[in-house]
Amino acid sequence: MMESLEQIKSQIESAILGAKIDIVPNAGPSQQSSLLIDNGHARKVAKFLRDHPALRFDFCTNATGVDWLERVVTKKVKVKKIVEGTEKEEEETQQEKIPGYLEAVYHLYSIEHKHGPIIIRLRTDDRGEGTRLPSLTPIWRSAEFQEREIFDLYGIRFEGHPDLRRILMWDEFKDYPMRKDYREPDDYEYEPTPHDDVLEKAKQHYAPRPQLDGAENITAQP
Amino acid sequence: MSDIDEGLRSELQRQGIWVTSMQELYNWGRKNSIWPLQFGLACCAIEMIATAASRYDIARFGGEVFRPSPRQADLMIVAGTVTKKMAPQIVRLYNQMPDPKYVISMGACAISGGPFKQGYNVLKGIDRYIPVDVYIPGCPPRPEALLHAFMELQRKIDEQKLTGAGKAEHLDPDQPSEFPVPAFGGHDLEPAANADIFRPMKMERNQ
Amino acid sequence: MTVSSQAERSTVEGSRDETFKLTPRDPSTALGMTSKLEGELMEVSMGPQHPSTHGVFRMNVSLDGEIVRKLKPVFGYLHRNHEKIGENTSYLGSMPYTDRLDYFCSMTNNWAYALSVEKLAGIEVPERAEYLRVILAELTRLQNHASLLGFLLSDMGAWGTPLMYAFREREKILDLFESLSGSRMMCDYMRFGGCRVDASAGWLAGAKKIVDAFPKFLDEFEKLIVENEILIARTQEVGKLSADLAISAGITGPMLRACGVNYDIRKVDGYGFYPRFKFRIPLGEHGDTYDRLMMRALEMRESIAILKQAFAQIPAGPIVNPKIKIRAFKPPVGEAYGRIEAPKGELGFYLISDGSSNPYRYRVRPPSFINLTILEDLCLGHTVADVMVILGSVDIVMGEVDR
Repeated sequence: MMESLEQIKSQIESAILGAKIDIVPNAGPSQQSSLLIDNGHARKVAKFLRDHPALRFDFCTNATGVDWLERVVTKKVKVKKIVEGTEKEEEETQQEKIPGYLEAVYHLYSIEHKHGPIIIRLRTDDRGEGTRLPSLTPIWRSAEFQEREIFDLYGIRFEGHPDLRRILMWDEFKDYPMRKDYREPDDYEYEPTPHDDVLEKAKQHYAPRPQLDGAENITAQP
Repeated sequence: MSDIDEGLRSELQRQGIWVTSMQELYNWGRKNSIWPLQFGLACCAIEMIATAASRYDIARFGGEVFRPSPRQADLMIVAGTVTKKMAPQIVRLYNQMPDPKYVISMGACAISGGPFKQGYNVLKGIDRYIPVDVYIPGCPPRPEALLHAFMELQRKIDEQKLTGAGKAEHLDPDQPSEFPVPAFGGHDLEPAANADIFRPMKMERNQ
Repeated sequence: MTVSSQAERSTVEGSRDETFKLTPRDPSTALGMTSKLEGELMEVSMGPQHPSTHGVFRMNVSLDGEIVRKLKPVFGYLHRNHEKIGENTSYLGSMPYTDRLDYFCSMTNNWAYALSVEKLAGIEVPERAEYLRVILAELTRLQNHASLLGFLLSDMGAWGTPLMYAFREREKILDLFESLSGSRMMCDYMRFGGCRVDASAGWLAGAKKIVDAFPKFLDEFEKLIVENEILIARTQEVGKLSADLAISAGITGPMLRACGVNYDIRKVDGYGFYPRFKFRIPLGEHGDTYDRLMMRALEMRESIAILKQAFAQIPAGPIVNPKIKIRAFKPPVGEAYGRIEAPKGELGFYLISDGSSNPYRYRVRPPSFINLTILEDLCLGHTVADVMVILGSVDIVMGEVDR
């Protein structure tokens, strides 16, 4: 059976120097934790996972994007404080602000060894100007359409993708609809008794937003 | 509606003389040979195919000849969700159909967006751009519902007048038979709806 | 005429196999077939309204006479933002939307989603419910494969007659679905931890009768494929797919097995109670269109074998796990990816939960969308008529491709 995630992580780190891999734990019952790979070495790590004889993850099933907004996480941290002259350890709640980013998550299986899944994640630097990630299409062909879809719906530019353009929306569309802060156009018709979120939507009209990262430069490719 | 007295007509029929009017004959021929356009978008299209299959036979109503080309079809059954990406093509297809033409809006999605109404790509009803004759609710409507709609359409065609004030639209040179095709905008279709056709009730919202 | 779609290769990142091209093709360098008459390429847009496409699917083909030089699929004409709706709806509220993904096979869509949520929240399913799920999934597979063969034969010019026979059997199975779940197509039948409605003994007897009568229909129907000269001439050696390209492109389902790759999620993952049933996996040798069709015909026979065993083994018992709350369902924080072998391929759901009643990220892994990745590779060098045959054998449903 497949080795554990820690073993795979150490194998990758010993094979590819400089790769920074973290394990993103998964708290729930499904036990599917993932590996967070840094963008500089992503392609090398992917090729290693595909070609290593014991791992042979030759099948990329699912490539998807996730949008994480800026979050505030409260943590309980043990802090040394001086109370009445003696040093004591006390628990303090600290608030940590995690900036927002976009993620591309890949699920990998192995057809040769029939094991899996292993999940790898790539994170962008932020949600504005730095939404670029290396494309894994040269490694797994199945990422070709899926990365185009992530670009269409989330706005992540994949460098090295052979044909990056919109796939589900029309080419003149300017937004990235699956982002959490996307506002829909106000095209609802008459609603007899608007209430709850329909009323909220009716009150908001579409306001122009600053475009992200050259979105208007996308033209239809022949 | 014929102007001939029914008693007189049945008396003449017993004598072997068949009397009709031009309007009745014209409408009878048209309503019993409606050729639908072979055009299905989503799940409702499967129920449309099931209607054309052997159990719920649409051939009994004369509508089994699904034409692939809009130039040869009279009826467009918009079956399935109309998305904004697809809407210009639908309006173009409608424009290419020759008069007289009819539209059946099948399923909740084609009527008003249906379960996918909260959608950035979903057009909230095809009647925003083209005029619709019969609406069929359901998700998906059963084949019997489509047959019922077909019969309603036949009734509607039967009642169309050829001359006079309330004459049928395709005989009136002032009525448009082609509608402008929407264009893709940056955030939505432009225009969002055709104001000549789509006239929902306006409600004053008291805040 | 064997035209290999791998004639132009490029080394990619020093990979072991030069299996696929990634640079856009130059139409003038034909794949070993130069046309003596110099002419321009004709750009044709096949779709989105076309008598042979399976829904609103568009292909921009560049034709040199009748030969396809370039093919770019365009879709999104049925993009109903299912994933965005999933984020704004509760877990249970998304179940009816999964019916509308692959609208032929609503039962298997429901099962895939229920499986993913059960993985996410760690829910167990009672025995009778698992047997019911297997029975309904295999019935779905039967009617899906029969309809596919019917559609393909009618695309090839048989003008609807095989489709009528396929739909006759499909109507019988839809009657079963309707008497069990209340709806012919959009069943909304699975729940997290089991099924919605129990099947009575009368229903099981009726289903058994239909399944027992199915092999007779299959014998007739297979004759249409196996002994049909026109079909053999039009589908053999057309659209060949190599195993390496298929694995790299993420192809799943009967299309992958037609290339000879033995990968069926029912055997690999062993979800549900599939390990209890004895069934074989048909594998193809050539990877062409004919093999893909035969996969489906042979899989129908295996499904009948599974159904017979399931009818014999199904126990009495509850059909839903009594411990879970359906109404205010809030799974723990975490993520899960669950997948099943749907009739079209691997259907998976990737769910990220942040502890609230709506998922944070709801993603559908659509088999038809990913099976379309290599459509261009399969169709290059073939004629326009072959394109329709190849597209029919890929078995796409636009509800799934666009979601």
